[in-house]
Amino acid sequence: MNIKPIASVALISAVALAFSGCASEGGAAGKTLTGSGASSQAAAQAAWTAAFQTANQGVTVNYSAEGSGAGRSAFTAGAADFAGSDRPLKDEEMGAGKFAGCAADSNALNLPVYISPIAVVFNVDGVTALQFSPDTLAKIFAGQIKSWDDPAIAKDNPDAKLPAGLAITAVHRSDDSGTTNNFTDTLNKLAPSVWTEAASDTFPAAFGGEAADKTAGVINAVTNGKGTIGYADASAAGSLGKASILVGGKPLQPTPEAAASILEHSKTVTGRAANDLAFSLDRTSEGVYPAVLVSYAIVCQTYKDASRASLVKSYVGYIASADGQSAAAKAAGSAPLPASIQEKVKAAVDSIK
Amino acid sequence: MTTVSQALAPGELTSGRLPAFVLPTTIVGAAVVGYALAVLLAGGNLAVAVIVGYVLFLVVMEIAARVVEGARQASDHRARHLIVGAFALALVPLASVAWEAVSKGAARFDPLFFSVSMRNVIGAGGGALHAIYGTLWVTGFATLISVPIGLMTAIYLAEYGNRGRLAASITFFVDVMTGIPSIVAGLFAYALMTLIVGPGAKFGFSGSVALSVLMIPVVVRSCEELLRLVPNELREASYALGVPKWRTIVRVVIPTAISGIVSGVILAIARVIGETAPLLIAAGFAASINNDPFSGPMTTLPVFVYDQYAHPGIDVQPYWDRAWAGALTLILIVMLLNLAGRLIARRFAPKIGR
Amino acid sequence: MSQQSMIRADAEPASHHHPDPKRVGDRVFSGLATGSGVLILVILALVAAFLLIQGTPALLADPAKLTAQGYGPFAEWVAPYVFGTLWAAALALFLAVPVSIGIALFISHYAPRRLAQPLGYVIDLLAAVPSVVFGLWGAAVLAPAVQPMWAWLNANLGFIPLFGGQASGTGRTILTAAIVLATMVLPIITSLCREVFLQAPKLHEEAALALGATHWEMIKMAVLPFARPGIIAAVMLGLGRALGETMAVAMVLSGGRQISFQLLTSENPNTIAATIAQNFPEAFGLKVNQLIAAGLVLFVITLAVNTIARWIVARRAQYSGAN
Repeated sequence: MNIKPIASVALISAVALAFSGCASEGGAAGKTLTGSGASSQAAAQAAWTAAFQTANQGVTVNYSAEGSGAGRSAFTAGAADFAGSDRPLKDEEMGAGKFAGCAADSNALNLPVYISPIAVVFNVDGVTALQFSPDTLAKIFAGQIKSWDDPAIAKDNPDAKLPAGLAITAVHRSDDSGTTNNFTDTLNKLAPSVWTEAASDTFPAAFGGEAADKTAGVINAVTNGKGTIGYADASAAGSLGKASILVGGKPLQPTPEAAASILEHSKTVTGRAANDLAFSLDRTSEGVYPAVLVSYAIVCQTYKDASRASLVKSYVGYIASADGQSAAAKAAGSAPLPASIQEKVKAAVDSIK
Repeated sequence: MTTVSQALAPGELTSGRLPAFVLPTTIVGAAVVGYALAVLLAGGNLAVAVIVGYVLFLVVMEIAARVVEGARQASDHRARHLIVGAFALALVPLASVAWEAVSKGAARFDPLFFSVSMRNVIGAGGGALHAIYGTLWVTGFATLISVPIGLMTAIYLAEYGNRGRLAASITFFVDVMTGIPSIVAGLFAYALMTLIVGPGAKFGFSGSVALSVLMIPVVVRSCEELLRLVPNELREASYALGVPKWRTIVRVVIPTAISGIVSGVILAIARVIGETAPLLIAAGFAASINNDPFSGPMTTLPVFVYDQYAHPGIDVQPYWDRAWAGALTLILIVMLLNLAGRLIARRFAPKIGR
Repeated sequence: MSQQSMIRADAEPASHHHPDPKRVGDRVFSGLATGSGVLILVILALVAAFLLIQGTPALLADPAKLTAQGYGPFAEWVAPYVFGTLWAAALALFLAVPVSIGIALFISHYAPRRLAQPLGYVIDLLAAVPSVVFGLWGAAVLAPAVQPMWAWLNANLGFIPLFGGQASGTGRTILTAAIVLATMVLPIITSLCREVFLQAPKLHEEAALALGATHWEMIKMAVLPFARPGIIAAVMLGLGRALGETMAVAMVLSGGRQISFQLLTSENPNTIAATIAQNFPEAFGLKVNQLIAAGLVLFVITLAVNTIARWIVARRAQYSGAN
């Protein structure tokens, strides 16, 4: 009879119930904060969540790393209390009254909370260090340089023993991502004659190359392949070689220090409220590692619900604090916000109502 | 197998048989030659050795059988060797996946893994208790929705439809339904639940709805096929005894097919229990235990595995260990379900010759 | 036929004597069964409506607007993915169907009866492996393992167009993805085929053997013709899985937007399902509509594939001597 398979499942569910001593951690009476968005922030959010929940018993923070786009639409629809996003909201996405979770006359705020350098990782037998001029790097990822013994690579790396005749497999992200956007923006800004495509979440299809899913997929492909090169969050690089980028003739490694200062050299987007900290990145400053991803927390200026506001205020306040930033640096390998930016974010968070 | 030591002349009752020593000798010979060739040509690559050896074995056996036993017997041998080869081939990925899961999952397959969630865990430690509960809730509800609908539809198709227009269109659209990409099911469930309960409808039951969309066609398809295989004689015998149709179906048809139905249902569960993409959309993500399927995000094991794999911290190892331990747990859960299903089937199936 | 209707006719009047319990039970039960069937149609209609409502903005949008705000003109954008979906599924079935039928036969007709059930269980285990794990396995174990073989094929048989092009340095090609897909659909096809083979009429089998047929001839004459509709149903189930599989393809395949039959290069056509899954998280505005429209296209493909398959089955049935 059809009841039997059902009964077995019901039995299993019942066993599950019996075994679960407590109903839900954090408790039904506890407060829940819902965030949604960029997967780049996932490891950092996990660290922030853990520290915040420890300090505030009874609060549960759920951050779903579904992606920036999903996070922004969830926030706009009022389905998330805050969004994580690899870019600030655009002018046409901003506007008082557009956000279901915010008060009717409230706009959203873009607050930078997570900075991460994007490393160029490679796996070439017998080569441990490489450096590239922006033009060479752009030509590799555009498929114009196809072999590791190309003279352009040899010119950038006079001391390296490059294998003869080994084909280059340039790995890019197959999924749309903020990492791709920032990396292609870097190539476009630093090597405009080679990289003619504007910055985009999608890697330009015309340039071909190998595609891999998510940061982990890129790292996997580069690690397991032969003669591979790719770009990924520096913290994910593991034991892979990280190439230096030659900016103004000086090789720069993707270190947190070289990355973090980019915000100090960049200006906020014009025409926004004073509290809104949406930056337009200046990647050409001297001594600044150019391929940097800046990820934002998007919150309401004024929440419909005051208890939401106070929860978001204390959580995002913690994230942007020196404590929060160093927790993320330790757990996710991000670059802590420079002190001057921390202050600005703190002021903005204090203004949330 | 009896061995006839010499080939008999044409016209006699039985024809020649390959001596018993041919098969093992050919296997050993082909293996040795295959390995030697692989060493010479491909640097001792084991895969090459196996492929070359197997082809060599087939060729030698074919020739030997044709010469001694004739074409009909040779094709019988060929079919047997190909079929055994197919089975062995399927064991390769199975063994490889199982080895990966067990060897990499063992590191964190410890009591802690099953006794805590990931709440407030950074780096090493932590467990998947929340994800195990989530899996049971989400898949359990999906099964509760899908099996009755799927089985009843299969009954309609096999017993009532008479291949009419409604039955034909249901059969057709069930096939179409198997092709719904899982992520579309997730988007659909999220949109549907948002319509019903308002924005932010990310909870376990939404995930169950998404999984049901994927699961129902699998249940229908396998159950229908199995109900059709029940011999008509059984139904007719039951009708002849004056048993009404519905009781015939419940007491005769379903019990006859129960072993296949259970294995079909288990396969359907296995099909959806490992889904990731739709659940991320419909059920969200949580690091804490949530035992209320109607409110708040709920994590299932595959989502947990995917999250550990895709968003590791700076020291990747503990995250990957947890990911593999989660995968191993998931495989074990489905194994247990399978075993339970088989026991149930054996308990209720009528005792017949097979 | 006549016997059947006679017995039915016998059963009918019998129910006249006790109309209430039987009639009501029958009516409720058949109502429930019909209702379930209709409910499935309703669910599918809802899914279709959802896809249409969310997808039409992209289908109707001006190509220039799609270039600016979406992924580009729709037909041009989706064509490689349509090709990739069909190509990957076809390759996977090409690999999986013969092996599956072989395994099913092995379990049902070759393995010692004592072993048959545990062996079936072992193959079912493959179905227990979640697609994320297949993805991990495919990308981290299978791809590096087959890369040298692919490079060898490319170097020695590169004159065959299928094996041409620049061999991938990672092994994450469409052939590798097809192997993973084949591994995933294999237990589905095997499980159903096995059940069907086991149900083949024992009397026919014994009759064939008694007439002097070899084991294989018996299978060809008594088992396979009987099982043909079941095999086709199993293959359709597998095809559905192969067309819609998302995560494993997304993790294993180096997918782009090339329409190419080459099996061993880095530049492969991606599948629709993987494209949706990969790009949906970062999508917004028209891009969301465009991705859902791609889902609609996959839906239509499944519809078309099923229609063609049914047509083939119907045509074959006319010539088949079985049943």
